[in-house]
Amino acid sequence: MIADFEYFAPRTVKEALSLLAKYKEEAKIICGGQSMLVVMKQRLLTPEYLIDIKGISSLDYIKYDEKQGLRIGALTIHRAIERSPVIQEHFGVLSEMEGNLATIQTRNWGTIGGNLCHGDPAGDPAPVFIALGAKLKLAGSGGERTVDMEEFSRDYLEVALEPDEMLTEIQVPTPPPHTGTAYEKLMVMKGDMGIAGAAVSISLSGKDSLCKDARIALSNCSSIPVRAKKAEKELIGKTIDESLLAKAGEIASKEAAPPSDVHGSAEYRRELIKVFVRRVGQLALERAKKA
Amino acid sequence: MKGELKELKLTVNGKPYQFKVKPNTLLVDLLRQELKLTGTKVGCLDSACGACTVNIDGKAVRSCSVLALQADGRKVTTIEGVADGDKLHPIQQAMVDHGAIECGYCTPGMVMSAKALLDENPNPTRQEVREAIQGNLCADEGYVKYIEAIEIAAREMRGGH
Repeated sequence: MIADFEYFAPRTVKEALSLLAKYKEEAKIICGGQSMLVVMKQRLLTPEYLIDIKGISSLDYIKYDEKQGLRIGALTIHRAIERSPVIQEHFGVLSEMEGNLATIQTRNWGTIGGNLCHGDPAGDPAPVFIALGAKLKLAGSGGERTVDMEEFSRDYLEVALEPDEMLTEIQVPTPPPHTGTAYEKLMVMKGDMGIAGAAVSISLSGKDSLCKDARIALSNCSSIPVRAKKAEKELIGKTIDESLLAKAGEIASKEAAPPSDVHGSAEYRRELIKVFVRRVGQLALERAKKA
Repeated sequence: MKGELKELKLTVNGKPYQFKVKPNTLLVDLLRQELKLTGTKVGCLDSACGACTVNIDGKAVRSCSVLALQADGRKVTTIEGVADGDKLHPIQQAMVDHGAIECGYCTPGMVMSAKALLDENPNPTRQEVREAIQGNLCADEGYVKYIEAIEIAAREMRGGH
């Protein structure tokens, strides 16, 4: 069973930060615990001090305005993101992604911040946030800083948080005009962790429909959610069609370093990357044309 | 101190309780071992099967994946709190009448997922019913009868239409 720990339930960010500053590496933050309790039951994680921030209600919000973009408090539950009318209207890909994230029970308790801080390369939110160019706001005893989502993941289950820091907010900029974003993953059963997946965002220029910008992020194809920058370059400045997307998929497949495990070999995942970059890219393109 | 008992106040099936628990106690263990509410089942203890589903503040949640202390100040409903005395809840009655229950081990979790759905959405589509019990595994693969029973219950709860 779960090893013993000392438990704290701060009610404010300030209280949480002072506990982190005091106990540093020996402390671990828990929010919904939907991933963390699993590794604690396996005793892969045995913190001396557990700081339960689920009760910090000031970090549970979804705010949007066109200029500032979308801001999601770290303690917003997945189900709230899935069902938020403002997210469905302006960032539909986030709501779709949440609809396939585990089950309703998990989404009712698990938080977006907890998911990102768990740092699982098979997680769904991170690649989508990378494709959307999101930034994360971190609070620490020395003040606040922001990091790009794509810089946040460091290695398998490791993220760029200092021992005295916590994630407080996810910031998603309003995409440029004529932008479409999509995310899909290979699931055996709905809600599964993807065996592999891709998030693609495509921005078209208004007059000639050339690709102005593209962002591609892969899930479960490396020890971190990885951005396929060479594949993106293949698309930028050109008229995107199926064969160009197929070419980008080939490049992305070479950029990734997918694992071999019980769910699929590295070779199989490389094939999946080709399929998903092409398929998800096509969907992103259609959306960009309509946007 | 590590493992030091912490105070916990919560409401279970409408009754207020106060406990002192070890912080590593899971909600499912508090319910089953302290309160002897053994209707909530443990299947995998790994957040995979949904047998331990309860409602916390009206939402379906897996009680094996929540620390008991995280339910502090909240309202928990278990399968024991669903019927009205001897009168089964329409969801339970429909499952009995429709033959949805096979071995029955997943049934309490199914009922709790269905209850959270119908309390919020009295007229769900079939897709919404399927999604509501997507996180509840039935080893007998008896999903269709469960889905139909939930639809029958929904109709009953809406007054027959």
